[in-house]
Amino acid sequence: MEMTLTKPAALPVVQRSPGYWTTVGRRLLRNKLAMLAALILLALVLMAIFAPVLMPADPYAASILKRLKPVGTEHYLLGTDELGRDMLSRLMLGARLSLFMGITPVLIAFAVGSALGIVAGYAGGWTNTVIMRLVDILYAFPSVLLAIALSGTLGAGVGNALLSLTIVFVPQIVRVAESVTTQVRNREFVDAARASGASSLTIVRAHVLNNVLGPIFVYATSLISVSMILASGLSFLGLGVKPPEPEWGLMLNTLRTAIYTQPWVAALPGAMIFLTSISFNLLADGIRSAMEIKD
Amino acid sequence: MTDAMTDTLLNADVGGPAQPLVIARDLIKHFPLKSKLPWQRGGEVRAVDGVSFEVRKGETLGVVGESGCGKSTTARLLMQLIEQNRGELIFDALGVGSAQLPMKRYRSQVQMVFQDSYSSLNPRLTIEESIAFTARVHGISASEATARARALLDRVGLEPTRFAGRYPHELSGGQRQRVNIARALVLRPRLVILDEAVSALDKSVEAQVLNLLLDLKAEFDLTYVFISHDLNVIRYLCDRVMVMYLGKVVEVGDTETLYANPSHPYTRALLASMPAMDPDHRTLVAPLAGDPPNPINPPSGCSFHPRCAMAEDVCSRRAPVLSDALAGHPVACLMANAGGGHSRQMPAAASPLAATI
Amino acid sequence: MFYLLRRFIYAIPILLGVALLCFSLVHIAPGDPLVSVLPPDASEDLRRQLTALYGFDKPFLEQFLHWLTRALHGDLGTSIATNRPVMSEVMTAVINSVRLAAVATLIGFTFGCLFGFVAGYFRDSAADRTASFLSVFGVSMPHYWLGMVLVIVFSVFLGWLPATGAGPGGSGDWAWDWEHIQYMVLPAVTMSVIPMGIVARTIRALVAEILSNEFIVGLKARGLSELAVFRHVLKNVAPTALSVMGLQLGYLLGGSILIETVFSWPGTGFLLNSAIFQRDFPLLQGTILVLAVFFVLLNLLVDALQTLFDPRIQRN
Repeated sequence: MEMTLTKPAALPVVQRSPGYWTTVGRRLLRNKLAMLAALILLALVLMAIFAPVLMPADPYAASILKRLKPVGTEHYLLGTDELGRDMLSRLMLGARLSLFMGITPVLIAFAVGSALGIVAGYAGGWTNTVIMRLVDILYAFPSVLLAIALSGTLGAGVGNALLSLTIVFVPQIVRVAESVTTQVRNREFVDAARASGASSLTIVRAHVLNNVLGPIFVYATSLISVSMILASGLSFLGLGVKPPEPEWGLMLNTLRTAIYTQPWVAALPGAMIFLTSISFNLLADGIRSAMEIKD
Repeated sequence: MTDAMTDTLLNADVGGPAQPLVIARDLIKHFPLKSKLPWQRGGEVRAVDGVSFEVRKGETLGVVGESGCGKSTTARLLMQLIEQNRGELIFDALGVGSAQLPMKRYRSQVQMVFQDSYSSLNPRLTIEESIAFTARVHGISASEATARARALLDRVGLEPTRFAGRYPHELSGGQRQRVNIARALVLRPRLVILDEAVSALDKSVEAQVLNLLLDLKAEFDLTYVFISHDLNVIRYLCDRVMVMYLGKVVEVGDTETLYANPSHPYTRALLASMPAMDPDHRTLVAPLAGDPPNPINPPSGCSFHPRCAMAEDVCSRRAPVLSDALAGHPVACLMANAGGGHSRQMPAAASPLAATI
Repeated sequence: MFYLLRRFIYAIPILLGVALLCFSLVHIAPGDPLVSVLPPDASEDLRRQLTALYGFDKPFLEQFLHWLTRALHGDLGTSIATNRPVMSEVMTAVINSVRLAAVATLIGFTFGCLFGFVAGYFRDSAADRTASFLSVFGVSMPHYWLGMVLVIVFSVFLGWLPATGAGPGGSGDWAWDWEHIQYMVLPAVTMSVIPMGIVARTIRALVAEILSNEFIVGLKARGLSELAVFRHVLKNVAPTALSVMGLQLGYLLGGSILIETVFSWPGTGFLLNSAIFQRDFPLLQGTILVLAVFFVLLNLLVDALQTLFDPRIQRN
């Protein structure tokens, strides 16, 4: 049996509706608070990248004479720390490590956790059971405790801290990924795809990923602020970044005793952590409400 | 060699016109119950409990029954979305899944349209992408697949320039169902299974879609298996009807004959429960008593006996078999089984319980 | 009922896994586990003796089972630094931490509920937006920094409250009088901010959802008073609210180390800190184990209570 196809010489122009992410993006751009947060974050990132150029002084130059100068001192706009180093420069350079240690664990956990969760969710059966039970064991620890326990035993250092934090976040992302994938898998368009003869890999690639990565991504963004606080917290305890590298959490730690003499200076690094964290949270909230469209 | 030609060769008729397109033999599918405790295990739902039937080339076979009778499971078994525990499936004289008919090739000849038009489409793909996907799975090039998708959209009444780049949530239920039908046709299948495909649509839209299905059937030389609980639609669309109850087939017959002279007591009751348009033909007593039974714990013997007006003692002890005592019209009732033990005989031309027209 | 039983049975392999992980921590640590006990010029003989004494020469599984059996009997070994039994050190610290965490949870829960209810009832009003903003505040706050700021304001500038410590008697001598409570104010308030934020968010969402339920509109249409509607909302919110509170208590206990470090509060966090820096492995293992087990059991309790309170969760 033949069907005559109307194969036109040139395909006529077809009306294209805006895709899902385009719609999300437009909604997000209309959210003023989220956009403000995004701007702040952009400024911080730029500051971190261009710190060596923007810094007014050498962040490592110590001087006993110039210890703990207050805010507004000549040449030292934000004062000096307990070793006489310029606070402004250290805060600027510190942004690098603080942001890096906040974002990287979540990125890695997103990649690893999504992969594990999607496999567990799509495959079901024993694969699912094994993966989820292992996740449950890690989940049985409160995050802070796990991070500190791992960091504490591995020892201080950026690499160890990153590893600990990644391990803390992977189970959380696996749970979300598995849950979302299971829901998607049970929808009829997956059945329809199977009925068309597609292999599991093809189905995951063409039908599951585009439905699943969105929600997982949104969840991951909400973890970044937690990660920042936790990462700086590890440095605060002496478990993350090692001196003399500038990092906001570490700076808070070394300036603790200075709260009696120069409270404003001592509080500055924490204010930076707070600012960054709240901006990430507002942006993540904005993305989440932008995604609450008809699915 | 163009794709159109390759398709025709792949989906060519093998067994000849007399060979049924599908033969299902003794299909059994049960789902084990998820138990909470180890000492409670062992229960199962016998969704499809020994179902045999055939689908003839070029016909529309209707499948009716109450919820829980196994019609959807049968559809999924036909589509091989789930695998049967026992029983065989033969497509145009070839075993499904065998070396002569591997699964992928089977899937290019049999397609399905689901009930929920919304959830059967990926919300993140445009509708032409959804349709083209099926084609691309079978190796058809991207441009050819898109062209086919657009041609089919046109054929089902959705103008491609307006609809091809849209997303499912922008379409109405009826439009989405047309998309699903177009998707089912993109590989030029020979058999299309329609699982309650129009049940969720408004009546006026339903009528349009039914007429579309009829047109497409003629144009594409299709065979349909049409599952529904709506007896009126079945009568309109189908050549033969298969009645199911609790995982078993209880009666199969030619539509007009079945509607005019139903043999099995269940079929009679079912047809009698259709509301009549004529006020002179009111039914005062509900023809079907009791609740639909529990598929986990089916009644002994004939599974219909607790609700059957003509049940006797023997019915609770012995299960009837689907016998073809009435030539071309198999019935599963002890009254129709020779030596069944029932005091009555199935009348050759039974009077209906109530006029239904 | 069966759900609870199953949940309980299921907790056992989890606890085993937790114990295994705690035990393995020491073994993933780089360096020599004996480094804190052995003087740097120790002889091979001494090293061998100590290795045998601590059982480091036996295979991993054997060491684990040995440790586990002893732990089940209440013996978590001896602290390398202080030479006192780990169990007693941990228990003293736990009591202190629980005091602090309980008070903090109560404060956080109370204010969180308040904000949450206000925000949920008066959706999209100024009050709602303020409450929502405050809860984002709470969740984004690096609590160790907040602690420092509060110390700066209330201790350094105003001199109203002490900056560190747990009271005149140290860790062992607590009484609920102002002498002692004044030491608890700042750390408790600091700790309360995180659960406050989370509770406020959860309750806001819950209240808004319940109020938008169609049957509430139906009830109001039939003349049900606002007070009665409020009681109804309360009844529906209570199970989830209580379970969130329970979970937050668990998190605070597990994550108290940062605050306790800032305020030198003699709790488990503080203990953990010293264990890490003195590489006191028995103490480290013991503390983490106790905290993790506590957390698992707390979750179990919260689950059980929630099943009792909320009939919808009767998973039969």
